[in-house]
Amino acid sequence: MRLAAPRGISIMIPVMEREVLLRAEGLYRWYGERCAVAGLDLELARGDVLGLLGPNGAGKTTTLHMLTGNLAPSAGRVTVAGHDLLDEPRAAKAAVGYLPEQPPLYRELTVGEYLRYCARLNGIARARVGEAVRRATARCGLEGMERRLIGNLSKGYQQRVGIAQAIIHAPPVVILDEPTVGLDPIQIREIRELVRELGRDHAVILSTHILPEVQMVCSRVEIIHRGRIVWSAAMDALERELAAGALVVRLARPPEPAALAEIPGVEAVEPLGEGRFRLRHAAGASPAEAVAEAAVRGGWGLLELTPERRSLEQVFVELTTAEEPEARREAA
Amino acid sequence: MGAIWTIAARELKSLFLSPLAWTVLGVVQLILAYLFLAQLDNYMQFAAQLALLENAPGVTDIVVAPVIGDAAVVLLLASPLVTMRLLAEERRARTLPLLYTAPVSMTEIVAGKYLGVMGFMLVLVGLIALMPLSLLAGGSLDLGKLAAGLLGLTLVLGAFAAAGLFMSSLTAQPVVAAVSTFGLLLLVWIIDWAGASREGLGDALARLSLLRHYENLVKGIVSTADLAYYLLFIVFFLGLAVRRLDAERMGG
Repeated sequence: MRLAAPRGISIMIPVMEREVLLRAEGLYRWYGERCAVAGLDLELARGDVLGLLGPNGAGKTTTLHMLTGNLAPSAGRVTVAGHDLLDEPRAAKAAVGYLPEQPPLYRELTVGEYLRYCARLNGIARARVGEAVRRATARCGLEGMERRLIGNLSKGYQQRVGIAQAIIHAPPVVILDEPTVGLDPIQIREIRELVRELGRDHAVILSTHILPEVQMVCSRVEIIHRGRIVWSAAMDALERELAAGALVVRLARPPEPAALAEIPGVEAVEPLGEGRFRLRHAAGASPAEAVAEAAVRGGWGLLELTPERRSLEQVFVELTTAEEPEARREAA
Repeated sequence: MGAIWTIAARELKSLFLSPLAWTVLGVVQLILAYLFLAQLDNYMQFAAQLALLENAPGVTDIVVAPVIGDAAVVLLLASPLVTMRLLAEERRARTLPLLYTAPVSMTEIVAGKYLGVMGFMLVLVGLIALMPLSLLAGGSLDLGKLAAGLLGLTLVLGAFAAAGLFMSSLTAQPVVAAVSTFGLLLLVWIIDWAGASREGLGDALARLSLLRHYENLVKGIVSTADLAYYLLFIVFFLGLAVRRLDAERMGG
C-alpha cells in the first residue's frame, strides 16, 4: 500500500522557497552481488528534521555513510550545501556533522581535549576553538564535564559528546544515526529535545527505528526498505493521513446501521457489537459533529465518539512487510 | 596542513596516555643501557693495548657504533608494538568515521598518523643518543660518526613506522598488525641471507635489505643511495596505506 508518491513531498512544496542543503540523486551501493541501496533520492532543506525509518538491514546506515563521505556510492551523486561530495570533498564535508551509530570517541581523552581535537580537525581556527567548544558543550548539556575522561562517562553522556562532536563546527547539515539507542527514558527525552532544537537552524537527518521518536521530533518522514525510499511525507501531511479514515462511536440505544449511514459524510458503517460502530469517512472531513447532532436528535445515547487513528507503526509494518516483487528483483 | 599536525598531536598524546609507550621506552632503554655498559667494559679492558696501536679504533667505533647498531635490532622487535594501534585500533573502536567525515584527505590522515608516531620515535632516538653523549663527560667522541649513526637510526625507525602504519591499515586487530609488521620487517632485514652465492641475485637482495643500508650509516658513511633507499621505503609504504584507506571507502 502506498500512501504517497515516493518523491511526493518535493512536488508538494515549491523548491524555490526551500534552501536545499543536502541532495542525493540516484544513490546505489552494491556489496558484491548484494544491493544495499538501490536508486535512493533524498532532499533536505534548512529547518527540516528528516526521520529516516527502516527495519534493520534496510540500508539506513549505508545511506548515511554515503551522505557523509564515509563510503563512496557505486552510482549517483551527493551534494552538500551546493558542493559535490566527490568533486569538492573538503567543502562538502565541512558542511556535515555526523554521529555514527557508535559514537567515534577516544576513551583516553577528556571531553575538552576530544572536542578541541574535533574542532581543529574540522578546520576551526585555533583562536576560535575555545568558543566552539564552549558553545557545543553548552548546547549538549556538558557544562562542567570538560575535564572528565570520556571512558568514564555514562552511555548517555558519551552520546552527548558524540552529538557535540557532530555540531562543533556548526555545520548546516547534521546527521544522527540512532542517537537514542541504549539510553534511559530521561536521557532519551533530553536527546530528542536537543534534536528538535537543532532542527531550528540546521538541517537534521535522524535515523531510527523507534517510531514514536519520529512522530515527536521530525518534520518529515521517509521510510526506507530494501535500499529504496518507499514512503515519504511531511509530518503534518502524515498526521492528516493518519487521522483520516474512521470514527468509532458507542451508543446506549443504537439505531439500525442504515440510520447511521444516512448521516452526511459517513461513507460506510461497520457494526462492532455492544453498540459500537466504526464509521468510515473521507480523509480530512470528519463527520463527528453531524454524528453527535444525529445522536442527540435520535436519542441514541452517545457514550463515546473517538476518531480512529492509524498509527505510524501500522503504516511502517504495511510498507516493510508487504511483498514488493519489483524491489525484490532488483535486490536479488 | 593544519589537520596533519592536529592528527599527529592527538596520536602522540594518545600514545603517551597508554602505558604501552612508556613500557617500550623503559624496556628499550634498559636493554640498550646494558649493552652500552658491556661495550664500555670491553673497551676499558683493552684501552691500554689499543693505545699502543697506530690508527686504532676509538671509543666511537668500539662502544657507540655497536650500541646504535644493536638498537635497530631491539627496535625491530619493539616498534611494531608502537605502530600496531595507529589505524587498527581506530577501526576496532569505530572512530575512523570521525576522520572520514572531517574535511581531511586520506593523505593528510596517513601523514598525520605517521608524523605522530615519528614524534615518539624521535623521543626514542633522543634517549638512546644520551648514552653515547654521556661519554663526552670523560673523553672525546667522533661526533660526525655519532650523527651519522643517529641519522641512520632515525631513518630505520622511519622505515619501521611506515611499514607498521601500512600493516595497521589492513586490519582491525592491533595484534595482527604487530605480528605482520614484525614478520615483514624481519624479512626485509635478513633478505640478503639468500642468494649470497649467486652473483646478480645476491647483489640485488643486498640492495633491498634494511640492514645493509643501515650498516653503512652506523660506520659513518652517509651516501645518497642509502638515504634514497630509506626515503623510497617510507614513501612506498605510506602510499600503500593511503591507497588502502581509499580502497576501503570505495569497497566497504
